[in-house]
Amino acid sequence: MAHDTEHHYHDPMNVTNPEHAEHHLVTPGQYSIVFGTLLVGTAITVGAAYVDMGVLNPIIALAIACTKAVIVILFFMHVKYQSRLIKMTVGAGFLTFIILIGMTLSDYMSRAWGLW
Amino acid sequence: MDNAIATTHDAGVHEEHEHIALPQHRHHFETEEQQREAGSFGMWLFLLTEIMFFGGMFFAYLLYRNWYYPAFAAASNQLNVPMGAANTAILITSGFAMALGVYYAEVRDRKKLVIALIVTTIFGCAFLGVKYFEYKEKYELHHIPGSGFSVSMFVNPQAFPQYPDTFAEKPLAPDMAQHTQLFFFLYFAMTGMHALHMIIGIGLLVWLIWRANRGEFSEGYVAPIENFGLYWHFVDIVWLFLFPLLYLINRHPLK
Repeated sequence: MAHDTEHHYHDPMNVTNPEHAEHHLVTPGQYSIVFGTLLVGTAITVGAAYVDMGVLNPIIALAIACTKAVIVILFFMHVKYQSRLIKMTVGAGFLTFIILIGMTLSDYMSRAWGLW
Repeated sequence: MDNAIATTHDAGVHEEHEHIALPQHRHHFETEEQQREAGSFGMWLFLLTEIMFFGGMFFAYLLYRNWYYPAFAAASNQLNVPMGAANTAILITSGFAMALGVYYAEVRDRKKLVIALIVTTIFGCAFLGVKYFEYKEKYELHHIPGSGFSVSMFVNPQAFPQYPDTFAEKPLAPDMAQHTQLFFFLYFAMTGMHALHMIIGIGLLVWLIWRANRGEFSEGYVAPIENFGLYWHFVDIVWLFLFPLLYLINRHPLK
């Protein structure tokens, strides 16, 4: 009986788990819109680089790059249609990355900034 | 029944799991969705380690650009923007073809899947081809860090009228000009590691094309295509940041 129990053990949570998102297909039409948006974004970022906006130049370039990256992550990488587990994983990764950058930068800024 | 767990499964659930041997549903997974999600989860965990790996270099760039700002601006303006922009478009096109590949695997269209993967590979190779000409130019200008490195373009920009962006620069003091080596070190480290990821990706693509052509991914088993797609798009995203940060943001240096 012990063997039987082991063999037939199925956690029903795994079968009926609402976390398992409905499988969603992104269509070629939607991919084409994403593709066009990314190309337009590239054109804008190159154009913006040649306009003198002072300190805003790198900020705008990074804002466009972040927007394009989010579009790629949401649609090409299907994160928009994934379960909450995957969304949390992706979000946690970027949050950890920002924390590491922020803490390292604050260390450099508070120790030797301007002394090199 | 000798325990509570054994009483929880009903006949329907039980039958669903008899003698399953499909690649998209291995016997140790309850459902196809569970296997699929486990695979995506694992792939994302790998990509997070890749974010940390590239992130370290992005941080080094952020810090040294602040420390040696005039050197970084001058060196950055020597990079070839049309080539960088063309490569961005090439890489986005490659990513678009890859996304279509995942779609054609999902709808079980073997022929179109193979075509999409081949297009992905061709644009990936085109990217590396453009990169080769960029690296070659750096080699000819002695902009490879090390004993052969030359600061002449940065201490005497007026001697290089064929590079209008550099030509317009103010000359750097010799000690600051030496720090352009740091820019080129980071340039080669970041674009080189990115290119290595592309080369590995192209190797994997050849293997996937061969398998896709045998029909392995057009019977409902999409995971290898889908997870490779995640890798390929990740490499795209790295370039989406490399291009503006290395090529574009120094065109109008702060006075």
